[in-house]
Amino acid sequence: MLKILKYSFFDLMRSSWSYVYFGFYLLLGIVLLFLNNDLSKAVITLMNVIIVLVPLIGTIFGVMYYYNSKEFTELLLAQPLKRSSIFLGQYLGVAISLSMSLILGLGLPFIAYGLLMSNAIWDFSLLLIVGIFLTFIFSALAFNIALSNENKIKGFGYAILLWLFLAIIYDGLFLMSLILFEDYPLDKVSLIGTMLNPIDLSRTLILLKLDISALLGYTGAVFKQFFGTSFGLIVSFLALTLWVGLPVLRIIYKSKKKDF
Amino acid sequence: MKLLFSVLLFIISTCFASSQTTTVCNAGCDFTSIQTAVDSSKSGDRIFIKKGLYKESNIIIYKKSLHISGEEGTIIDTQNNGYGFSVEATDIIIKNLIIKNIEVSYTKEYAAILLFKSYDFEIENVTVENAFFGFLIQKSKDGIVHNNTISGEGKAEADSGNAIHLWHCENIKITNNDVRRMRDGIYLEFGSNSYISDNYSTENMRYGLHFMFSNENTYENNIFEANGAGVAVMFSKKIKMYNNIFKKNWGTASYGILLKEINDAELKHNIFEDNTIGINADGTNRITYTENTFKNNGYAIKVHGACYDNIYSKNNFLYNSFDLSYSGNLNSNKFENNYWSNYTGYDLDKNGIGDIPYRPVKLFSYLVNRTPESIVLLRSLFIDIIDFSEKVSPVFTPENLIDNKPLMTEVTW
Repeated sequence: MLKILKYSFFDLMRSSWSYVYFGFYLLLGIVLLFLNNDLSKAVITLMNVIIVLVPLIGTIFGVMYYYNSKEFTELLLAQPLKRSSIFLGQYLGVAISLSMSLILGLGLPFIAYGLLMSNAIWDFSLLLIVGIFLTFIFSALAFNIALSNENKIKGFGYAILLWLFLAIIYDGLFLMSLILFEDYPLDKVSLIGTMLNPIDLSRTLILLKLDISALLGYTGAVFKQFFGTSFGLIVSFLALTLWVGLPVLRIIYKSKKKDF
Repeated sequence: MKLLFSVLLFIISTCFASSQTTTVCNAGCDFTSIQTAVDSSKSGDRIFIKKGLYKESNIIIYKKSLHISGEEGTIIDTQNNGYGFSVEATDIIIKNLIIKNIEVSYTKEYAAILLFKSYDFEIENVTVENAFFGFLIQKSKDGIVHNNTISGEGKAEADSGNAIHLWHCENIKITNNDVRRMRDGIYLEFGSNSYISDNYSTENMRYGLHFMFSNENTYENNIFEANGAGVAVMFSKKIKMYNNIFKKNWGTASYGILLKEINDAELKHNIFEDNTIGINADGTNRITYTENTFKNNGYAIKVHGACYDNIYSKNNFLYNSFDLSYSGNLNSNKFENNYWSNYTGYDLDKNGIGDIPYRPVKLFSYLVNRTPESIVLLRSLFIDIIDFSEKVSPVFTPENLIDNKPLMTEVTW
């Protein structure tokens, strides 16, 4: 598996898309920091970018990579290799190279700006960790979609729909149900609703460290207990891990059964 | 000439005679008990209490002008029995004392110092520890409460009292006091023409400062931090609030300031930081908010109904989750020339004023008002989209609630 990971990783590292992605984050980081002299405000803007763009790029890139390297995959399948290690290797190759671009692209300008000295370092590292989680989650979901659909157009369609659903439509439905059932106690429902969507969960995690904290008082006790303590942080990270684990398991399961 | 001289001599001699200083200490002084010292003094005398522990309570001073002072280490322990001092006198000074352990009662308002119908008084450098009420001042006039420290140990609003409680008082100066862990830090009921400054009020269960039916008071340069609900100004007129700092008041019903039924007040140069709600205004008329800074609050300002002719100008709204929440119609309230950190407009003619107006009320703040739980969706892409569409064509938020001249740079003062 490691060998395949290595091949995929270096293959991607050589491809121009990784550089474009890296360059985009580098530019974003520089523009945000040097045109905007408030570091914590830059972190908020970055959050907006990360929770929207990282999933989108992860999904599209994952699907694209799978369809592109289909011939190579078929060649590999002819060799005496475990199927799970072929697909996991490819998946990890994509996810790791995307995460690298993210970390380097954002990390370099921030270090140049003097982040290591400032107290925003924890907010920033949380941001990066969340970004990496999102990359792993969404490329795993993309591989799932690609594995289940032979038709490229269909695969891309589903991938974009998935992103659209989790990034925007889910929140709309969530808000509508909250307003519809406003006469009932909604604390727990909204907590569970947040847990069920990795994008919402990541956003809440970052906001907890930033500006939601003053507003916490405004909501009920359940919120305060959950978000105010490290228990909430641990549960949130567990949920994110679960979001990585389940799609990966399905990749293994699906790849074993799939007829090429 | 001789006659005049002798008259003068007589006056001077009587003056000296009338002002005697008696000392109190545990052994070797004029008296060993403060109460007996008080009883045997006459108006104008001084009582000096040397350092030591005095287990006395309910020390009554009735119609005698006394100057009572202690030194460092003079401790009066009331042993949870009634009042510390109970005073009804004019021209009274109490200074440099530590008073401890005031009785908690659910029917009586026991205080370290009770002043009743006292004029020209001065309470200075008094430390009250484990207080129920600190200073209870009733129907008094022209006093100074300066440099005192009052702290309590109450667990709930019901079993704790107020640090400095004024009832039907006039012309009182409350300065440089430190009040903490009480019910209300400073409480004025039917108090007028008072001046409250440079106090530090923190960790109080209810309000840091509380006005009820008290007109024409001024408070400035105070710090109110982490109180149950910040400062409450209710049913009062002509209150001036300058240069105060309100911070870290967090909770479901927590505010920097709660304004209820207030007329003709003025807020200037105050700083509101990290509060759940910076200002909660309910039924306020003709109030001017000038050059205040609202930073990192949940809501900077929350306006409920029945507010008329309020003017908000030259304030800084910096990085609040919501700048403004508004119920009802605009009602001739005015928002003008403020600096909003969320403003995204431009200034082509470079006059320092944004060319497109700013709408401080977001649709999402309206939604959060309806269902507080929807706060989990803060800063989500979907919310940004609906906020934007509301900005373009307002449906739920008041259409004419706009700052027509938003500033491009922060206001400095």
